[in-house]
Amino acid sequence: MDIAKRKKELVKEFAPNIIHFGALSKFWIGLLLALILTGIAAFIIQVVKGHEVTGMRDNVVWGIYIINFIFFVCLSYSGAFISGILHFLKTPLKNSVMRIVEIITVLSLIIGPIFILLCIGRLDRLHYLFIYPRIQSPITWDIIAILTDLVGCFIYLYMTFIPDFAILRDNGQDQPIWRQKLYRFLAMNYQDTPEQRQRLNKLIRTMSVMIIVLAIVAYSVLAWIFSLTLQPGWNSTIFAPYFIVAGLYSGVGVIIIAMFLVRKYRKLDHYIRKIHFNVAGLVLLIISLLYGYFTFSEYFSRWFSHKVHDINLLNTLFSRYFWEFIFANYIGVLVPFFIIFFKRFRTIKLITFSSVVAILGLWMNRYLIVVPTLETPYIPIQDTRAEFINYSATWIEWALSLGGIATFVLFFMLIVKLVPVVPMSGIIDNERENNNHKSANKIR
Amino acid sequence: MKDDKSSKGNPDRRKFMKLGLMTGITGLSGATLLSNLASQEELQASGNKIKLLTPDGKVVEVDAENINKYPEAHITPAESREGIPNRKFVMVIDLAKCNNARKCVEGCQRGHQLDPHEEFMKVQLIRDNEEGAPYWFPKPCFHCDEPPCVTVCPTGATFKRDDGIVLVDNDRCIGCKFCMTSCPYSARSFNWGHKDKFENTDQPYSPETSVPASEGTVMKCDFCPDLLRQGELPYCAKECPMGVIYFGDKNEDLVTNGVETLRFSQLIKDRGGYRYMEHLGTKPNVYYLPPVNRQFPLERGFDIDEEILDRYKDVPEVKEYKAKAKK
Repeated sequence: MDIAKRKKELVKEFAPNIIHFGALSKFWIGLLLALILTGIAAFIIQVVKGHEVTGMRDNVVWGIYIINFIFFVCLSYSGAFISGILHFLKTPLKNSVMRIVEIITVLSLIIGPIFILLCIGRLDRLHYLFIYPRIQSPITWDIIAILTDLVGCFIYLYMTFIPDFAILRDNGQDQPIWRQKLYRFLAMNYQDTPEQRQRLNKLIRTMSVMIIVLAIVAYSVLAWIFSLTLQPGWNSTIFAPYFIVAGLYSGVGVIIIAMFLVRKYRKLDHYIRKIHFNVAGLVLLIISLLYGYFTFSEYFSRWFSHKVHDINLLNTLFSRYFWEFIFANYIGVLVPFFIIFFKRFRTIKLITFSSVVAILGLWMNRYLIVVPTLETPYIPIQDTRAEFINYSATWIEWALSLGGIATFVLFFMLIVKLVPVVPMSGIIDNERENNNHKSANKIR
Repeated sequence: MKDDKSSKGNPDRRKFMKLGLMTGITGLSGATLLSNLASQEELQASGNKIKLLTPDGKVVEVDAENINKYPEAHITPAESREGIPNRKFVMVIDLAKCNNARKCVEGCQRGHQLDPHEEFMKVQLIRDNEEGAPYWFPKPCFHCDEPPCVTVCPTGATFKRDDGIVLVDNDRCIGCKFCMTSCPYSARSFNWGHKDKFENTDQPYSPETSVPASEGTVMKCDFCPDLLRQGELPYCAKECPMGVIYFGDKNEDLVTNGVETLRFSQLIKDRGGYRYMEHLGTKPNVYYLPPVNRQFPLERGFDIDEEILDRYKDVPEVKEYKAKAKK
């Protein structure tokens, strides 16, 4: 097998995906930019007028910003977790989804913390976190964990990109000069010699283990921000594992949706096949069971032991938030479960649909963890101002949330314009391995 | 204390009032003066030395030139972390006497330049169980000995002092609101938007006065350490016409409501004093005396603004009262 020739073929195959911006992607980029600009406008209004423009008040001090924060960060941790595990699986299947997972991991880890910044009353004093740090505070732990995780994931993602940068550098003579220069810089003189390849693989493997650990630590710390307080709905011992499972649930869901969109709009049916959806669907099925189990345990023990303040919270959940509760904790778990459980429903479209349901349900589940708890404090709220009693997000908060999602999608689109969404080096590695097998068989 | 009641005062009370007592012509807080002196590098000695007594009983000699520069005792944020030496402040609230006159709330709001809806001291209408009768429940910050708010603060903007007081330094606060979610007593409030009063520079900011407040930061009841330094009671205790709020020093084992001074430990023993939600383990420094043998019917507290009465509209007694009033 002539590897150099094969590389050229692959670059040619992926070139249309990388270089050209079709009308459709131009439309999408325009739309996403509009959403991001609306978000920026909302942000400016919030900075100028203060947090008064949000729906947050003295009782519900954290709103959908923190929910988006948990949501994106959990997406990232689960991405890191999944890609770390994928690296240990010896299956050619993993190559097609690897990069999607890694990009999701890093992007969501960049976008998540932006949401927590929106929650902070005095952004101008952000550096105080480093000037006057207090190690006792779970927020400090969270900053350390997230920053470490971000650096780790970034290094990891970059290392998996290097072989493809090298291929693009060697085969990109017909590309614009800036791209050639960029690839040359990013490839770091990687020549794909056996020695280099071995070294890089070793590094990636080490990093993937570290990333799994980092993901667990960082997400536990995030869960502790809630569970270490005394609040009735938060003070729970299972919050850390519960958050990790919930994170995996949404992570797999988003990966499935990304696979669906990439396959559809990048015409990669050949690489991302039905079996990928089946396997990912089964993972989603297993996690839905775990997640449902954790959710049940959490609410069941609160209901059964019926401490006054827990019961107040449950009463709120089953009156004011009845339909939200049903959607988050019944529909969000059972619908994906039943769709994937029956083999004949296991089509690409239905698996993707169940992922959408799972993600929306999970977001709502986070909402029900944050908001109703803050609305039912130990000492009953006695106030006459509606906005101080119940939380409802304002357009500013929604605009910023949509802006965050739009940034995520836009950056995803741009990154897959820079490098092929399916690692070329991985394809070659797989083929090389197959060849070796064949030749080994021949010798025998 | 300049009011008439205190001049009658008994020896115990006088002993308590020695707290923060100042002699000398200006009546300044000596501790502040001293630290101000320490920070003042260019002293222009006039030659005139004046003897002052500091709150902890030391006689110090300072140059007369320096005294008039500080017409008011100002405790800087750094100094406010220290606490008043050898004190352990404690508050006792006698629920049997409260009739929701709201003078504590109003006094506190005046003292801390708060707007009508901003309340460091809140009066809740609490009903412990279905059989129990509702009672008025004045709720300041509990200044816990195990304050969850202090533990979680990422910048040390809120801190626990040696004298037991928990303060917020709004120069340091980044507004993450973690302290608000971790306080089980909803004692904290946040400055959500801009207000003109934040720019009032009549007096320099001190965590001890909580004035001026600042946008995007947290604030709460501070036990008025600025008044304590001058030997006065906090605004709420001073203003209460029923003598509901006793304030004092656990080390001296004395509390006073401005009328009578009592032994703290004896008061708690005799009257079954308790701390609210003891089971949370926060160890509050605010004690309650149970609402037994009440001096006023609950309805006495209904004679307030319609808007404020509306806060309690879910309590059956208030519902009945409002229904009657309509007829």
